[in-house]
Amino acid sequence: MRLFQQFGGGAFFALLLLLLMFGNEVSAAKISEISDTRLTEQFFRFFSFKDPSVQYAVLASLLLGTCCGLLGSFIVVRKLALMGDTLSHAVLPGVALGFLWSMSKDPWAIFVGATIAGLLGTVVVHWIHTTTHIKEDSAMGLVLSGFYAIGICLFTMIQHLPTGNKAGLDKFMFGQAAAISSGDLTMIAIVTAVAVVLIIIFYKEFLVTSFDSNFATALGLPARFIHYLLMLLLAFSVVIGLQAVGIVLVSAMLITPAATSFLLTDRMHLMLIYSSLFGMTAGVLGAFFSYLGNSLPTGPFMIVSASALFALALLFGRRYGIVPRWVRQLNKDRRIQIENTLKAIYQIREKADFRKDGVSVQQLGEQRNLPLIDISREVKRLVKERFVTLSEQEMDEFHQSRMIYLTPSGWGNACRIVRNHRLWELYLTESVHYAPDHVHDDAEEIEHVLGENIVRDLERKLNFPTVDPHGKLIPSIIDLGEAETTI
Amino acid sequence: MMDLIPPFEMRNFFTAPWMDGAWESSMWIVVMGVLVNSACGLVGNFLILRKMALVGDAISHSILPGIAIVFLMSNSRSTGLMVTGALAAGLVTVWLIEFIHTNSRVKKDAALGVTFTTLFAIGVILISVFADHVDLDLECVLYGEIGFVYFEDSQLILGLDIPWSVLRMGGTLVLVSLLVFAFYKEIVVTSFDSGLATSLGIPAGWIHYGLMMMLSLVIVFSFESVGAILVIAMLILPGTTAALLSERLPHILILSLVFSAYYAISGLHLATLLNCSHAGAMVVSGFSLFCLVWIISPKRGLLIQSIKRYRGRKSAAADPGFGG
Repeated sequence: MRLFQQFGGGAFFALLLLLLMFGNEVSAAKISEISDTRLTEQFFRFFSFKDPSVQYAVLASLLLGTCCGLLGSFIVVRKLALMGDTLSHAVLPGVALGFLWSMSKDPWAIFVGATIAGLLGTVVVHWIHTTTHIKEDSAMGLVLSGFYAIGICLFTMIQHLPTGNKAGLDKFMFGQAAAISSGDLTMIAIVTAVAVVLIIIFYKEFLVTSFDSNFATALGLPARFIHYLLMLLLAFSVVIGLQAVGIVLVSAMLITPAATSFLLTDRMHLMLIYSSLFGMTAGVLGAFFSYLGNSLPTGPFMIVSASALFALALLFGRRYGIVPRWVRQLNKDRRIQIENTLKAIYQIREKADFRKDGVSVQQLGEQRNLPLIDISREVKRLVKERFVTLSEQEMDEFHQSRMIYLTPSGWGNACRIVRNHRLWELYLTESVHYAPDHVHDDAEEIEHVLGENIVRDLERKLNFPTVDPHGKLIPSIIDLGEAETTI
Repeated sequence: MMDLIPPFEMRNFFTAPWMDGAWESSMWIVVMGVLVNSACGLVGNFLILRKMALVGDAISHSILPGIAIVFLMSNSRSTGLMVTGALAAGLVTVWLIEFIHTNSRVKKDAALGVTFTTLFAIGVILISVFADHVDLDLECVLYGEIGFVYFEDSQLILGLDIPWSVLRMGGTLVLVSLLVFAFYKEIVVTSFDSGLATSLGIPAGWIHYGLMMMLSLVIVFSFESVGAILVIAMLILPGTTAALLSERLPHILILSLVFSAYYAISGLHLATLLNCSHAGAMVVSGFSLFCLVWIISPKRGLLIQSIKRYRGRKSAAADPGFGG
């Protein structure tokens, strides 16, 4: 079932990527109709950066990626991801009012309006949450949609104005990186610089309040002030993203790159670096894809690029990726099987007081309580790992009468597992006072994970025992012999 | 700036939508508005109880690619296909959030944020790249097109020309009400105490997915009228406003139906006055009603809270020995 789920997830993301590629082909076809250029030419035209609008778009995307990556990391570790979404929608009325104030797309007027609206939104969420019994998620939904609706009304009113100054305000919804002017770029650069400087100055405060706000309060840090400073910076990053990704999807530029780097590292400073790199990559890719198709919105392409990176990290991230974890689990299961088979061989030989060297496949199957077909496969694995050798005898279907002989390393590992098992049983009865008939199942689990250091500790604690609670001998380090190498 | 807000005339404000040329269109806008708002409000109440308000937001966004893909594949706007696409998209969303959340260290809020923005972005890309093949535009996604309800294809029933979208929404409302009525006990118990529900033998998982499917169904038809982002307002606003006034769930449900009608009518008048988006005006009037109730609610309004605080301070000042 688990396996199915994982493959299901992989298949789904593969489908998403396919869809994305499909979309690109179509937009490329569109371009060739209009200007008779090919995909590769478009590629070189974009990445040669000769076109000033391409320069502006790429610079803006890089700045946006940096700023969103840095701030997104903080909101992801603070579990405020949806606050980012709320804030990004709440800036809309501010944008409209900023536009009305100057009656043009003056970037600074819009910046001021959007910042004020965004901050007001977060304050209202806090008010609703503290003065009523409405839960925080509903409060966020209320503010998100209420503010957004005010913005929508203002937008449609502006569109109906007799001055007819539509001025491409709708580009703010899904972004249009190609429409960024040098004035916009100046504003974006200055705001990004301010945000980065503030993050560097208050890095320690952000870090402490993010992970342990009680500790931060005890240190005398103004947690409330830091929270609203973060909200202010979030509003900044939403404003930076207005032109490039648009209001509707800017929250994803905050969340997705940060969540991607959260999958890859445990260190906050690395997370900040990674997520701004991912943000930049996604930003430039988005600008490029929307450049391919004529006047396609930039935002969605940025988000899909960021999500593709997220999917890769989710599936293949070295430590937390689904596939590597699955492979590790598979290896562990196989090792446990091998160790159990070795232990069974030891137990059969112990029953005969170690007088006979060989153990038949048939006997082993009975000891492990497995059908012959399974046990012969296990034996083949042991042979491959050079833990046992097989006698050359008549070939019957499952080799059940062939004899198995442990090699020195096989013998050593068998002794190690049996020793771990019996030591743990002894520990449970002696030190933890379990009943002797209750300890087997625990020991069955722990024998595969006990390391040599813990074994030394146990031996010391139990005063170098030789006999387990059931009266059987515990193999000593001398029995392990040269097999110090573990599996 | 000044010509933005028209002069306010009381009489004009109340009569304008119902003048000769406009009243038929206005009527259908109100009918559609009431249907959308009450269907959303009904389901939304349970979302609020389950602290899943933002899951509603997520589904309302991620239904977009579902509808777009269905349009692309079938080249038609048939109701059945649209429902299929929406239900599939809704289930995929819920499943993906759960998958990311359980299979990685990403927290639930971030998983939700990543999932729905991705799906929404895919939907927007599909719509803008295949603009010629998809009978849906970004304007509709953002603002909804409830204002055009009257101009759609209609069906003659009992001597009335009823627009198709009103019929569909009405059917959805009836279905949702029947389902809520039939499974009322189960939904309520699972919403408040899932442990108790399981011990009573109520399949909480099924109820959860059933509710999600109901949500997708309501959203897909509301989507056309109010747009992807404002659906969330219609899901949350009636329930939260009613919850400020009452604590009994049946009362809250009835109150939210009343509010739904109020939003539709006041939204129409506001939109006519300001000449702006109908869906936006509906939400703005709903949000202002929420703010009003928040201030003056007799039980837990801001006003009563501050009066209580003031009285408390005064009585403490009058009786300084109290507690000492």
